Amino acid sequence: MRIGIDVGGTNTDAVLLEGNTVLAANKSATSQDVTAGIIDTLDRLQAERSFDPGQVQAVMIGTTHFINALVEARRLAPTAALRLGLPATASLPPLVDWPQRLVDAVSGRSYLAHGGHEFDGRHIAELDEDELRRHAADMVAHGIRSVAISSVFSPVSNEFELRAAEILRSELGDDVAISLSHEIGRIGLLERENATIVNAALRELAASIVDGLAGAVAGHGIAAPLYLSQNDGTLMDVDFARRYPVATFASGPTNSMRGAALLSGLDTCAVVDVGGTTSDVGVLTHGFPREATTEVDVAGVRTNFRMPDVLSIGIGGGSLVASGTDNDVVTVGPRSVGYRLTEEALVFGGTTLTATDVAVAAGRAEIGSADAVAGLDPTLVKAALARVAADIADAVERMRTSPEPLPVVAVGGGSILLPDDLPGSLAVHRPDHFAVANAIGAAIAQVGGEVDRVYAIDPGRRDAVVDEARQEAVDRAVAAGADPAQVRIVDFDEVPIPYLPGNATRIRCKAVGDLRLGQS
Amino acid sequence: MSWQLGIEHLRDLARGAAILGTGGGGDPMIGRLLVEQAIREYGPVTVLDPDELDDDAFVIPTAQMGAPTVIVEKIPRGSEPVGALRALERRLGRTADATMPIECGGINSMIPLLVAARTGLPVVDADGMGRAFPELQMETFSVYGVPGSPMAIAGEHDETVVIDTGADNRQMEWLARGITIRLGGVAHIAEYSMTGAEVKRTAVPRTLSLGLSLGRAVRLARESHSDPVEAVRAALAPTLYNHLRVLFRGKVVDVERRTVEGFARGRARFTSYDGVCTLELRFQNENLVAEVDGSVVCTVPDLICVLEGDTAEPITTEGLRYGQRVTVVGISTPELMRTPEALAVFGPSCFGLEVEFEPVERRGDLVST
Repeated sequence: MRIGIDVGGTNTDAVLLEGNTVLAANKSATSQDVTAGIIDTLDRLQAERSFDPGQVQAVMIGTTHFINALVEARRLAPTAALRLGLPATASLPPLVDWPQRLVDAVSGRSYLAHGGHEFDGRHIAELDEDELRRHAADMVAHGIRSVAISSVFSPVSNEFELRAAEILRSELGDDVAISLSHEIGRIGLLERENATIVNAALRELAASIVDGLAGAVAGHGIAAPLYLSQNDGTLMDVDFARRYPVATFASGPTNSMRGAALLSGLDTCAVVDVGGTTSDVGVLTHGFPREATTEVDVAGVRTNFRMPDVLSIGIGGGSLVASGTDNDVVTVGPRSVGYRLTEEALVFGGTTLTATDVAVAAGRAEIGSADAVAGLDPTLVKAALARVAADIADAVERMRTSPEPLPVVAVGGGSILLPDDLPGSLAVHRPDHFAVANAIGAAIAQVGGEVDRVYAIDPGRRDAVVDEARQEAVDRAVAAGADPAQVRIVDFDEVPIPYLPGNATRIRCKAVGDLRLGQS
Repeated sequence: MSWQLGIEHLRDLARGAAILGTGGGGDPMIGRLLVEQAIREYGPVTVLDPDELDDDAFVIPTAQMGAPTVIVEKIPRGSEPVGALRALERRLGRTADATMPIECGGINSMIPLLVAARTGLPVVDADGMGRAFPELQMETFSVYGVPGSPMAIAGEHDETVVIDTGADNRQMEWLARGITIRLGGVAHIAEYSMTGAEVKRTAVPRTLSLGLSLGRAVRLARESHSDPVEAVRAALAPTLYNHLRVLFRGKVVDVERRTVEGFARGRARFTSYDGVCTLELRFQNENLVAEVDGSVVCTVPDLICVLEGDTAEPITTEGLRYGQRVTVVGISTPELMRTPEALAVFGPSCFGLEVEFEPVERRGDLVST
């Protein structure tokens, strides 16, 4: 069996799973003290369903600690950003597009040095070891405790980042953490570098959080390995999490979608999370969310994190329902009573007509007092619910990646607004336990490996190059702990690059597999 | 009248330049950051209306050429385009009084601003493509007798190359393309040097301010929740690009891309929301021809722009993907881009298309979508 825990900003959810069966589940308020919070959560699971800690094979945790630390600009380490690329790239040094507040919070210092590669692997300039040593001395003088190293086209060749890391380590000692951009991001120097700097700034916090989580789990007598969930729905082990905290940034929405999908037994579906004010729509293909293709701005820093693509529309349980004179032209949302639903909605004795009132009037749910909405005009009720269904169906339609019909999994408190079939003959599934979908998503997460690189494809060699990229992604997944028998390619994308010789093609490939679990 | 361009203008200009990029031209984002940083360091840029240029003023246009994918990774040193301009000045024994874009669509709207900020030279509000095109000979300058040569190319190691192919602009393009690969896939260039009188005779006027006004119109429309496509139409009305035609509203149902001779060629299909009509778009870096249900509705050199359905954010050919909801618009180009001489240089036949050019505003009535 395994345990999944999702530590959110407000709530902590936990589940105990045997295979895909939920044995126990609970939800509690997130505590300030990470360790105490996890211990408390494990105690609650134990109380609900007694289990032998020795039988637990793995513990998976999703956390918002790191993204919150960045957003709140606290507990960030004094960080240096070193870029290898001179004489190129000097016009836009590292940290150039960061908000000053955040540069101050990381006591950010930026350094440029010679190095970097061309798209085809040639060197822009040779590494200058003396230059790097001078930079290292300046870092020491300024109390730098963590360093981010980026190099031009390091996704094509990581040679210079590795060499520079060696030199810095010999100058700065082992106490200074070093983060390398080729391990963190994809092509797009500024975005990859930004993610690496964020990662570097979080390294000290990562060490303390990971120690806290590991201590709490071990203190409960669980000897099984501990994993953290990443943005793309795959897992990383504790050592990896210490080094790459930034990879946890968007794990919340991903876990929620994947958990919902598992609960409904579907692996290709749209997940609609209907809250009080908005509905978030995401799409899973073979169990993984489609990634957003646009840059993602986190706390004012532009990055190219692998974030799930989620479309939010302004419809939720608290949405205001307004109608024209003849009650058949109605609008629902985007204005909402939000968290004041339990005071303002008609069914709770309030005076505002909300989407929840309409759902209760139609008999879709029993919430509050049905008598309070008994007098609503049936034409209005019907039109309002039709509006909701049409808007949600439209959002699902927008998120679809292929012409095939897509089943819909509805979760969240506001999912009572939805009918059993949406326009466009989309069947709506409503799984149990959806309140703890995040923790379930963490618990079922798999292990992945990714390749994102520009390849020169000689005539007749396309298949060989594609195979090479796929194999490398698979190897990476296995190295990260995936069961080799289970690994499969879940995402493959091939984009030719104009104006370069040799059919230069950018290939992105992702492989995932089930975690190889120890027998206990 | 001349005016000062500052950091506050750059986001609008980048968005407008992406619209004028007509699907290509490279993402102006890195260019915007470069100019932003340069203006922060050196101060704002003076933009000159072409009418303000003395006839004997000497203008050296500057630009970037190469692969947009490289530029997001190998960011310029910043001095390269100035290096190209200086190399051309040395070759010609004459110093520039101003610089100018050769291409107002995409990232090349920005490079002359970088040069202007760093050198203090003014930038002329005009260009030679009136949009984005894939090759250096596709210029109104060359159409009306201003040769691209001599041309200077610079890399980040202060290296420069001067190419002089006389009146043969295609050969200049061919040689420059090879050197660009050797320089890492992106290079900075100065070419088509000319007098103020030649600018007035051969350039597409006021295309920097056009980009700025299109970008601003879209932003203001979004802020006031009005229709951004109508705002673009209104912004175009008083310009030389005065017809906007909505060619299609619908969603992307298929995108196919391949590299042929270094160019990203491909086609995309869209269906209308009611599923009745289909638009097919063919592109080679930029959008070339749009057909609705088999009838051509717009061709190069007129602009075909794919705009995101709600926000009118321009979508590049690289950014097209299944499911996007879009509005496809055709925009008329100025008469100097539509003459037989111009069409011989950048008309449909120059892209291997067996389609006659006909102005978008004179094509038959569209099926209502």
